[in-house]
Amino acid sequence: MIRVVLPAHLRTLARVSGEVQLDVDGPITQASVLDALENRYPVLRGAIRDHVTKQRRAFVRFFACEEDLSHESPDAQLPEAVANGTEPFMVVGAIAGGCRVNPVGRA
Amino acid sequence: MSGVRVLAGTRKGAFILISDGKREKWDISGPHFAGWEIYHLKGSPADPNRIYASQSSGWFGQQVQRSNDGGKNWEPVDNKFVYEGVPGTHQWYDGTAHPWEFKRVWHFEPSLNDPDTVYAGVEDAAIFRSTDGGKSWQELPGLRGHGTGPKWQPGAGGMCLHTIVLDPSDAARMYVAISAAGAFRTDDGGTSWKPITKGLHSGFLPDPDAEVGHCVHRIAMHGSRPEVLFMQKHWDVMRSDNAGDSWHEVSGNLPTDFGFVIDVHAHEPETIYVVPIKTDSEHYPPEGKLRVYRSRTGGNEWEPLSKGLPQSNCYVNVLRDAMAVDSLDACGIYFGTTGGQVYASPDSGDTWTPIVRDLPAVLSVEVQTLK
Repeated sequence: MIRVVLPAHLRTLARVSGEVQLDVDGPITQASVLDALENRYPVLRGAIRDHVTKQRRAFVRFFACEEDLSHESPDAQLPEAVANGTEPFMVVGAIAGGCRVNPVGRA
Repeated sequence: MSGVRVLAGTRKGAFILISDGKREKWDISGPHFAGWEIYHLKGSPADPNRIYASQSSGWFGQQVQRSNDGGKNWEPVDNKFVYEGVPGTHQWYDGTAHPWEFKRVWHFEPSLNDPDTVYAGVEDAAIFRSTDGGKSWQELPGLRGHGTGPKWQPGAGGMCLHTIVLDPSDAARMYVAISAAGAFRTDDGGTSWKPITKGLHSGFLPDPDAEVGHCVHRIAMHGSRPEVLFMQKHWDVMRSDNAGDSWHEVSGNLPTDFGFVIDVHAHEPETIYVVPIKTDSEHYPPEGKLRVYRSRTGGNEWEPLSKGLPQSNCYVNVLRDAMAVDSLDACGIYFGTTGGQVYASPDSGDTWTPIVRDLPAVLSVEVQTLK
């Protein structure tokens, strides 16, 4: 069982409270965990990573075991503690995020 | 009994305000989608209970929400906006080529006849259509692909398609406006498009009369006179009497012809409204006085409307999608400010009152007249 912690806005969007628990087949990687998460909660498609390229959104980060895994390969094995459910895989809205891609925003 | 529902999109959520036909007391619900930017909400003319909302976030991207009960309950629908074919490039702020990237939906325009058909104007500028109530979206690629796309460049707010106007007399004809590419028209349901910018003059362009590059802020039409269009451009208030084939300036005696919004009275097609804003770098009313200007002559001759509006120390802006009208017998006019007020006039602009204050910055205002 993989434990996933979502930020508040995504919990609201997915209509869940607390941690999400997922069964993930095969290797436990960012990609496989996010695939399972999006299959369970289709509304999260596009909210964490791009629909088409599957690239992580710029202001979303992935933490686990007190490490920032955001820049690891999506296909790299996640830590054993995540794979065995001891530690959660955390999807985090970056503290520096939220600024608009364009410099001004709606006008 | 008739009533009015005001849909306000703000920087941190959506708010819905409901009143009876007197428009004196308002029930307010919200924030819906708290913490998210709600660029726009709009109801279907064919089914007022069907409302589409654009919910976006710098962190988590775009969501599309749909209500089937007038905004009481919402369900997320498809948020996948993928450009057709190879997206190509447009100009970036510095003039270099920049790949087309979807960022957000600025504007929804539901079909006049079918609640399940809705158009979406997006940044980077393109138009998408859904015919299944938002469950899937397809680009109308003829707009970006008609030839001038690589020359388009973003305005200060981004390269956004923010205005979609449907012709009620001709289902195949519609208009879009893009900052800062200009205005375009299709006569074949969105398959092909052409720039409609003859007569526009923009001093910030190398060629001020160029076919594309004009920063059009808003276009408005009265349904009974679909060939007559009114435009608030970056600077200049413009009018066309031939469906955009040519434009002439009607700024007349306005204190400044910079601004964002423009709209038309529901029952008087020559009565139009703007909110003059001081300059393109001073996005607030001249002299700190918030005034709507009304022309009863289709432009050129304007009168200030200030009764009930702050006339000192007011430095808010009124963004391009933040004015709307109802269609009650005494036409109501509504607009929202970046200071979080939504003002309403139940008497065509003669008097104003804030129907809500202290919201997050208002990004858009739409009005539904309920039978």
